[in-house]
Amino acid sequence: MADQSVTAGLTRSRARPGEALIKILLRLCAVVVLLTTVGIVASLLFETVEFFRDVGFGEYFTGTTWAPTFKPARFGVLPLVAATFLITLIGAVVAFPLGLASAIYLSEYASNRVRKIVKPILEILAGIPTVVLGYFALTFITPTLLQKLVPGTEVFNALAAGIAVGIMIIPMIASISEDAMRAVPQSLRQGALAMGATRRTVATKIVVPAALSGIAAAFILALSRAIGETMIVTIAGGLNPTLSADPRQSMETMTAYIVQVSLGDTPAGSTAYKTIFALGTTLFVITLALNTLSYRIVRRFREKYE
Amino acid sequence: MSVAAPPAPSATSLATGRRAERSVRALTFQAVLLMCLSVGLMTLLVLLIDVFRDGVGSLNADFLNNLDSRFARRAGIRPALIGTLWLMGLVAVISFPIGVGAAIWLEEFAPKNKFTALIDVNIANLAGVPSIVYGLLGLAAFVRFMHMGRTVLAGALTLVLLILPVIIVSAREALRAVPDSIRHGALAVGATTWQTVSRHTLPAAIPGIMTGMILGLSRAIGETAPLITMGALTYVNFVPTGPLDRFTAMPIQIFNWTSRPQAEFQNVAAAGIILLLGALLLMNAVAVFLRNRYERRW
Repeated sequence: MADQSVTAGLTRSRARPGEALIKILLRLCAVVVLLTTVGIVASLLFETVEFFRDVGFGEYFTGTTWAPTFKPARFGVLPLVAATFLITLIGAVVAFPLGLASAIYLSEYASNRVRKIVKPILEILAGIPTVVLGYFALTFITPTLLQKLVPGTEVFNALAAGIAVGIMIIPMIASISEDAMRAVPQSLRQGALAMGATRRTVATKIVVPAALSGIAAAFILALSRAIGETMIVTIAGGLNPTLSADPRQSMETMTAYIVQVSLGDTPAGSTAYKTIFALGTTLFVITLALNTLSYRIVRRFREKYE
Repeated sequence: MSVAAPPAPSATSLATGRRAERSVRALTFQAVLLMCLSVGLMTLLVLLIDVFRDGVGSLNADFLNNLDSRFARRAGIRPALIGTLWLMGLVAVISFPIGVGAAIWLEEFAPKNKFTALIDVNIANLAGVPSIVYGLLGLAAFVRFMHMGRTVLAGALTLVLLILPVIIVSAREALRAVPDSIRHGALAVGATTWQTVSRHTLPAAIPGIMTGMILGLSRAIGETAPLITMGALTYVNFVPTGPLDRFTAMPIQIFNWTSRPQAEFQNVAAAGIILLLGALLLMNAVAVFLRNRYERRW
């Protein structure tokens, strides 16, 4: 894009031989991005169409039993979707307040020195591989915390998985919300402070409302991350596709089922193979919708200053 | 708050709100915020301590040199370690030219048209696709369609696609940070666009690009789900020797140990986690070093 602006008014030297080729190669690199999207959509759709030749839409979307390997096989996706949403909800309950409060503190209260120490630590937390958080949920959160505090908690349970998912998305919420808050102009804060407001009032009545679109976008992006999260829920949530609202129980999410199937052999063309692609499509559509929504919110409701 | 105190003489004439903050509510609010922030930080600390306590006993030379085993005392991480090294090497070699090439085209060459806008939207969307979906892509495209089988190469290509958005976005930022005066200077003395890019813009942006590259690789090194989905092995008793071998990787091996019923394997898994986190911290440290050492302010 710099092409026009940079060279505007300058006489550009004619490209030397070979430079046209370089330009084509660079363009091809950018096209890889496009091909990735096409590849994702094509590979998901192809197998998903095959899947729905075997299994009816009605059974998939409204069935309440998930047992693809039983005879007769049942393909009701609701237990997997419900488990995915329950764990995401627990994660959101944990991470939304903690992430937002962290963002307010970092943006409105913390000194530069504190911020310089805390932000890299949050980045490290954000970079912890999810398989490690899964290990932490299974070997620490469940036995050391939950099984002592919440009677009846199973070894694999949705609650521990949800809490770990919450921990995973805290840095993301904190960092995006903080960026939104810091974009609120200083003059708004000064106006309120000059009239004797405390920083609490400034934070809750001025900064958070002004940054609301960015905060909402952060929440939605975090939900999307949580829904697509795989290793935490596979390790700590278990592989038991039951339709239940009891978070102390083991349940299986869409992503966990994909992993469970992938651990075995998945010959192409088998129903198991098609099934994971159907789940992949479901997951892709949900997260794409959330990401698009978040993008729209930022664009549409952003408060413009100056 | 009822009586406005006379303004105290101070260096700054701007209100900070601190004078009015001696009320219980204001202080409680601040304390609650600080507590919320520390929950995240404390969790990280507890996690590190927990993993270290569990794993440090199993972390020894045998652990590094042994193959995996059914017995916790003999289980080693060598195949997974070599598998991860192969993966990271291939990912770095493949993703660097593609990512940087795409960034150069988008920043320095691309006309402002619908096609460019489409690629922009695509990068944003791909960054939000769940990693397990990339695994399905790798399975369908590389393993099946291109008949690569479940090899290191297929796994590396899957991870390349996964981290490309990260690399492209940071490389573009690095290129954008190079001031136009540099480009103008080169163009004014008769350089072509490519000469300008290859001899001036790109060298100036390299530290930023390397930082983004390391961040991308540190994302790839911990990815488990896409590799399992594309069909990496979970129990491996051989060391991969080339890009066309079947393989396992450190996070998969950790997952495998974690999911075994015997309690001793949790400690072996923790030892693997220490190794993985060590590699991650090292990569982050290098990224921070590069950022501080070579980043130029224009």
